[in-house]
Amino acid sequence: MSRASFVRLAVVAGFLLLLELLTRTGAIDNLVLIPPSEMVTQLWSMFRSGALDAAMAESFSNIALAFLLSVTFGFTAGLVIHALPRLRRLADPLLASYYAVPFFVFYPLLIAIFGLNRWPLVAIGFAFGAAAMVIATLNGLDRVPRVLRKVARVHRLGRGEEIFLIILPAASPHLFTGLKLALAYSFIGVLAGEFILSGGGLGYSIAYAYDAFDNQTMYALMFFVLALAVLLNAGLHLWEQRLLRRRRRA
Amino acid sequence: MAASAEEEKPKAEGGARARPGSAALHAQLKGIAKSYPAAEGHGLVHALGPLDLDLYAGEFMAVVGPSGCGKTTLLETIAGLTAPSAGTVAFEGREVKGRVPEGVGVVFQEDACLPWLSVWDNIAFGLRRAGAAAEDIRARVDYAVSFMGLGSFAGTYPAQLSGGMRQRVCIARTLVLEPRLILLDEPFGALDQQTRLLMGDELLRLWRETKATILLITHAIDEAVMLADRVGVMSARPGRFIELVETGWPQARDSRIVEEEAFGRLAAHVWSKLRGESMKALGREDDGGAGGRP
Repeated sequence: MSRASFVRLAVVAGFLLLLELLTRTGAIDNLVLIPPSEMVTQLWSMFRSGALDAAMAESFSNIALAFLLSVTFGFTAGLVIHALPRLRRLADPLLASYYAVPFFVFYPLLIAIFGLNRWPLVAIGFAFGAAAMVIATLNGLDRVPRVLRKVARVHRLGRGEEIFLIILPAASPHLFTGLKLALAYSFIGVLAGEFILSGGGLGYSIAYAYDAFDNQTMYALMFFVLALAVLLNAGLHLWEQRLLRRRRRA
Repeated sequence: MAASAEEEKPKAEGGARARPGSAALHAQLKGIAKSYPAAEGHGLVHALGPLDLDLYAGEFMAVVGPSGCGKTTLLETIAGLTAPSAGTVAFEGREVKGRVPEGVGVVFQEDACLPWLSVWDNIAFGLRRAGAAAEDIRARVDYAVSFMGLGSFAGTYPAQLSGGMRQRVCIARTLVLEPRLILLDEPFGALDQQTRLLMGDELLRLWRETKATILLITHAIDEAVMLADRVGVMSARPGRFIELVETGWPQARDSRIVEEEAFGRLAAHVWSKLRGESMKALGREDDGGAGGRP
């Protein structure tokens, strides 16, 4: 483990210890916040009882669908927009202002279109993630050195070979950033949608516990979602580091 | 014999060895010109030509010229990477059109290593695409790795190498495909003078061993004069050949040739032709050399 990673971990652990201390000594009222150790204990008991199974299955499958759709659509759209300069000129300002749109206001419309099922939430997660993937794909393709395209022509590669053997590997650092963002945005879109608008999933469970003044469950679930987001991000970061290690100077 | 600008026929520098009359014509440019739209969007920039050039099998030719005279455009036109606005390019009797012909290898000025592949895999890249047998790939890549002095770096990645080493990888990647015509676009442009001289020696060794025809684009007069059998001197934009200088060097030569008196004379002659064109390229009047010497 690098020194920087160790310091980061120590900061997080120190913060948790401080919260534990402040909540145990009463400096922070338990009605406001429960000790982190109680969050873990409560979460563990919820896992063991199976109380979270249905909510987890619903949320995770929605996130997975939103992520897969946003990556597939975002990557394809990025390729098409990059290949058509006129479309690019049209799309660039829209992409630049994309995240100014409050997508949740479209939830009623999405229900009208898809019905009362998982798809309105998947659509919100997709709407959040897709633009990040489009932008990352465009960035990646823009930054493929022209000389590598010439290398492809000198080696007499066909268009498909050029894309798969030269363009995609050359653009992969940016594509990977797109994957990370698409996952994070899908996660946020689905859970926030569940929290505000839905009748199921982890987001809804947090909102339900909040409405019922069930601090133990609410904080346990919040801790779970937070830990999950950190773990997912850390996992992707490690994978990215491993893939890109060979491209860095010694 | 190679031709040059319409109004001025190429001349051989005095004392240069005449090219053997038996050498076969390998590539031929006829009336090549290139124009492209101006950046402002109206009008055309006349970048190159019209020019003619004959390249003979097995010769080493260098092209020097002022910045922006179209040297790289000339190389890319021969390679089939750029379509000329006028004229034709033929390689081994066939017209080059829209595709890099089989048998032509190009080494670019920029770092063209594939950063996600190891040195060995970079060099094997073209052979794999060409569908060569695994045994053949191994033998040819191992030889190229050893020939270019990359033996202890075969498993490393380009990012871990110096600029000179990365350029060697690119040369090796071209070499393994056994091209009959090798086009080099300022391959040593980013290297220091000593490394360039040594890389030049390696290039001469490669040329003798492969018997390929080489066209080297360079901005360095000394490099051109040291390496080439013929040096084509180009005018300011639109680039045309204003003189083709025969160096007359023996085939078995290396960088020690720079110590010879003839080297100095040849380099001075090329510079005398190039100076006025370089000043034109900078937007200055040619002063005919006045005020240049103390």
